[in-house]
Amino acid sequence: MEQLEVSALQEEEFDKKVDFKLWKRLVKYALRSRGTVAFTILANIFVALVDIVYPLLSRYVIDNIIPSGNPQSLVPFGFVYAGFILIQGLGVMGFIMASGKLETMIAYDIRQDSFKHLQELSFSYYDKTAVGYIMARMVSDVGRISELIAWGLIDLLWSLAYVVGIMVMMFVMKWQLALIVLAVIPPLAVICVYFQKKILRHYRDVRKQNSKITGALNEGIMGAVTTKTLVREERNTEEFKAETGRMRKSAIRAAVLSAMFTPIVMCLGSVGTGLALYAGGISVVGKWAGIGVITVGTLSTFISYSTGIFDPIQQLAGIFAEMQSAQASAERVIALIDTPLEIRDSDEVIAKYGDSFFPKRENWEDIRGDIVFDDVSFAYKEGEKVLSHFNLDVKAGQTIALVGETGAGKSTIVNLVCRFYEPTEGRILIDGVDYRERSQLWLQDRLGYVLQQPHLFSGNIMENIRYGRPDATDEEVYAAAALVHADEFINNLDDGYKTEVGEGGARLSTGQKQLISFARVILANPRVFVLDEATSSIDTETEQLIQNAITKVLENRTSFIVAHRLSTIRSADRILVIRGGKVIESGTHRELLALKGYYYDLYTTQFRKDALKNVLD
Amino acid sequence: MQSGDKNKNTGKKPRTPINYKLVSSIMRGTRRYFVISVLGLIAAIITSYMIPIVTSFTIDYVLLPYAEEGYEAGRTMVPEAVMQWIESIGGRGFLLEHLYIMGILLVIITAVNAISTFLRRSYAAYAGEGIAKNIRDDLYTHLANVPYDYFKHVSTGDIVQRCTSDVDGVRRFIQNQLLEILRTVLMVITAAVIMLRIDSLLTLWSVMLMPFLALSSFIYFRKVKSSFTEADEAEGALSAAIQENLTGVRVVRAFGQQKRELDNFTEKNSDHRKKNLRLTYLMAYYWSASDAFGYLQIMISLCVGAYFVITGRISVGEMLVFTSYTAMLTWPVRQLGRILADLGKASVSLGRIDEIMSAPLEEEPGKALSPTITGEVEFRHVGFKYADSTVPVLSDISFTAKKGETIAILGSTGSGKSTLVQLMQRLYCATEGEILIDGVNINDIERHHLRKGISIVLQEPFLYSRTIMENIRIVDPDMPEEAVYEAARVAAIHDVVKEFEKGYDTVVGERGVTLSGGQKQRVAIARMLTQNAPIIILDDSMSAVDTETDAAIREALSGSRGSRTTFIISHRITTLREADKILVLEHGRLVQQGTHDELMRTDGLYRRIADIQNMLGDELISEGGEA
Repeated sequence: MEQLEVSALQEEEFDKKVDFKLWKRLVKYALRSRGTVAFTILANIFVALVDIVYPLLSRYVIDNIIPSGNPQSLVPFGFVYAGFILIQGLGVMGFIMASGKLETMIAYDIRQDSFKHLQELSFSYYDKTAVGYIMARMVSDVGRISELIAWGLIDLLWSLAYVVGIMVMMFVMKWQLALIVLAVIPPLAVICVYFQKKILRHYRDVRKQNSKITGALNEGIMGAVTTKTLVREERNTEEFKAETGRMRKSAIRAAVLSAMFTPIVMCLGSVGTGLALYAGGISVVGKWAGIGVITVGTLSTFISYSTGIFDPIQQLAGIFAEMQSAQASAERVIALIDTPLEIRDSDEVIAKYGDSFFPKRENWEDIRGDIVFDDVSFAYKEGEKVLSHFNLDVKAGQTIALVGETGAGKSTIVNLVCRFYEPTEGRILIDGVDYRERSQLWLQDRLGYVLQQPHLFSGNIMENIRYGRPDATDEEVYAAAALVHADEFINNLDDGYKTEVGEGGARLSTGQKQLISFARVILANPRVFVLDEATSSIDTETEQLIQNAITKVLENRTSFIVAHRLSTIRSADRILVIRGGKVIESGTHRELLALKGYYYDLYTTQFRKDALKNVLD
Repeated sequence: MQSGDKNKNTGKKPRTPINYKLVSSIMRGTRRYFVISVLGLIAAIITSYMIPIVTSFTIDYVLLPYAEEGYEAGRTMVPEAVMQWIESIGGRGFLLEHLYIMGILLVIITAVNAISTFLRRSYAAYAGEGIAKNIRDDLYTHLANVPYDYFKHVSTGDIVQRCTSDVDGVRRFIQNQLLEILRTVLMVITAAVIMLRIDSLLTLWSVMLMPFLALSSFIYFRKVKSSFTEADEAEGALSAAIQENLTGVRVVRAFGQQKRELDNFTEKNSDHRKKNLRLTYLMAYYWSASDAFGYLQIMISLCVGAYFVITGRISVGEMLVFTSYTAMLTWPVRQLGRILADLGKASVSLGRIDEIMSAPLEEEPGKALSPTITGEVEFRHVGFKYADSTVPVLSDISFTAKKGETIAILGSTGSGKSTLVQLMQRLYCATEGEILIDGVNINDIERHHLRKGISIVLQEPFLYSRTIMENIRIVDPDMPEEAVYEAARVAAIHDVVKEFEKGYDTVVGERGVTLSGGQKQRVAIARMLTQNAPIIILDDSMSAVDTETDAAIREALSGSRGSRTTFIISHRITTLREADKILVLEHGRLVQQGTHDELMRTDGLYRRIADIQNMLGDELISEGGEA
């Protein structure tokens, strides 16, 4: 849904000059198939030439066949005409096919490049970029650009060839008359460019308004309950009507403007035709000494040409305006592809370990699970350190619990372990080696990460549990689900493991999603576990049940647990109390309680009352 | 993509008859625009046919007799009366002397044509956009007043699509296609009348391919419809693949599944390319072929016309009129086939809109009273099951909550806790028993009045994409800022908001700052506080707030205790034990109710959970004592 909301919010006002460098870069995508491009160009010019020939054929009939009075010559003439029709038909077919091929190819390639790049972009990019924004780039912007390059190119070429061809023909037939008729072209071109720009700007307003309406609708549905409980139905409806009112206004404005455009062009064009009729007429009857006599056929050809020339001029203006407005799309797509990777494996690392898509597993060392933070500092934004000079030594198999207030830096630490972010200073060693000397996938492939906001993919429960290990058998999936006590609720569902979870798992509760994402991680059998508030929405009884399972699973594996519920973390080998990006206390549960410091306070505030009452009872 | 599936299903459904009542309702206030548009259309057609006549008449009547001796002027193009008038002012000689008149006449006729075209198109826009607004407003109003249950059975994407694409489809049909059909029909008729006046045989030759042209485009566009649908679906699948990947990017990385994601995407991307390419190829065949047929028709009228000129049947100018008209007609005739093929689309869209509009609205089952709500709640043997299910969600629930009491509700996932509180607001209606507020059956209380008396905060609260300030005082936009700060302080969100760059003016959601789950919950609590409702419900609404903050909020809330009845759904024993009454739900039944002390004395879910959480406490005492 997100994409609907944002798609057109990003339609910033762009009124720049056409940036040819940018387009050159995009045209390069087209040039990946030079043959197709060459064919398109040729087919186009060809079709334009045939278009120019048609009025000449009529002239031939009027000036040659009819005066000859010989109807027999119409037969070969018909064949010649049919020949041109055939040739033109083939040309049209050819260029549509070629352009279609170009369009789909460009869109495919840009999308492929972008998607691949997105798979490598670091989380810092996703932190500040909304999904809807990226969706709009990948779907509509790419579609618009590829269409413009492929078909715009055609229109551009056809229009140019047609206009030039007509001009040449007019000058050849009677240059004086050509000059008179063509006099209307410069003002016409100016008007065309002016209108096209204005029309596009208005339509952009319409799109903007449209996306506002879509957003409002989306909100109306997503927030339906809230609106009901707040009794805001009527006010929301009034606000919505105001939006649709604005939509109607801007849509009508745009439509009226474009309804004005063609008639104005027609009027100006008719001045050209009128001039042709007048001046040409005078020349036909030989009353204009300077020009000399022209035939009726030539006059009718002139009239045809003078009406025909305005179409391509409108087209040309349209393409330039479209290029200008699509420039924003182009810039955004290029910006996406060019976004630098904040975390990237060095060339040497890729050479040995492979990249994210083609790993060379045969060269991968095993992970034992010793993890060392060596003087690590980290900042999401420059100058705002979340961690500074952080040191930590975790032995393989240990369970480390992180405790602290929201925003203390717990999630940052586990994200650093996962290498979703890299230290801005210092280094992190895994099994004694800086993890930057190995590939990201080497680590992440052996990592089990359960998030606070569990995300499931569309598909059934079975597929979701299997996500990390597609080759797992059904029995293994059942076992993993049973281990976290998810089997109970799954079996109660109508379709059991075949139950569709919906977009993002929307058909399940948060607690159920957490259980499934738990089973998913367990099935993947990772060496290093990271549980970031993984059980926050699971009810207490189930949590108690899976607590034992977790303890069993975490045995012999290095693990990090972030939790608010202190019950979850009591059994950890070491508890780190984080405050302001620093470890302020560290030790076992008992040690920390004995310390009577921050942990003790945190622990007691939650349980003091319970404990007291218990004692009093 | 759920919406894609739905789309397909609806598309395959046998076509429902058009609901004419709906059509006439959405056209309200737009009829006069249609009238103007049609008048413009007629004027535009007439003038557009006059243009070739001016040039041909000039050639025939004015120029040719002079250029070629013995040539007869084609008088058939111009009505007799006009001809007589021309003769009266001096005829051919006069026009030849003042040839510029013909040029100017051409410009004037074109100008009239231009103005008519402008009127036709702009008033069509007035009509179309007016209708679009009517439909959108009706849909939104309807959706705002359907029962809550409705949204559980539909997908947001599908509804939004109906309210946008389908509305646009209907608008386009009315604004463009409907008038286009009329225009084409009138054009053909007018051309036929003029051409028949000139020469009936040549008219036959000049339109011989037209029916074929219309029919072939009709058949073609019907045929490619499925290809269009396929291409649309491929795009839907492509978008879905991208969206899934992006929203799940953290999971993808955590499992190192980039390669698989790329493979999946490549498959969708290739399929999208394939389907679109196929569509383009089909287009290429069609456009080239129909182009060729169009020109073939022109060629036929040219050749036959020339033959008739040679045999003296018609004049050169008349021949030119025929070729011009033929050229003018081929495009609209082709379009006509296309529009007729698309006709079904608009009625499908209209059907999809009608489906929403015919969903029943929320009803008042009782007397719709507006009694003062003070906060006493009583459930009497209340039961509930969904209409489409046989298993009850709740059964035989009875309890009373006195004004000012705090009622805590405990139960495992799916035990019916949320449904219970939703029944109180009549988001669902109890199917058995009755719920009384201050002694009045809630079915007899007008629903808006009822809901104003009860504030609820959900586990995953919904905030509007407005500023935090607007969100908190959404019920009363005129509330002073100080009151908002106060509510925010109680909800322990004030300091957090102050930290934001734009403070209370921060816009929530994708357009602005994304709040964490706990922050959203606290903003929603602040919003609830501004309502001052006598009954409040916290539906696990502090689950994402850490225990310390939770305690602080409850502390602050209890300050105003006694004045309002509070329902709290929670798993935290610390929260539950403070309640005046605890309800324990299991599989939709109320298995225990009582105070903490009472429940601790009996074996049951409550004690089991309390024991689990208290184990820690016991341990603390022993360890704390040692230290």
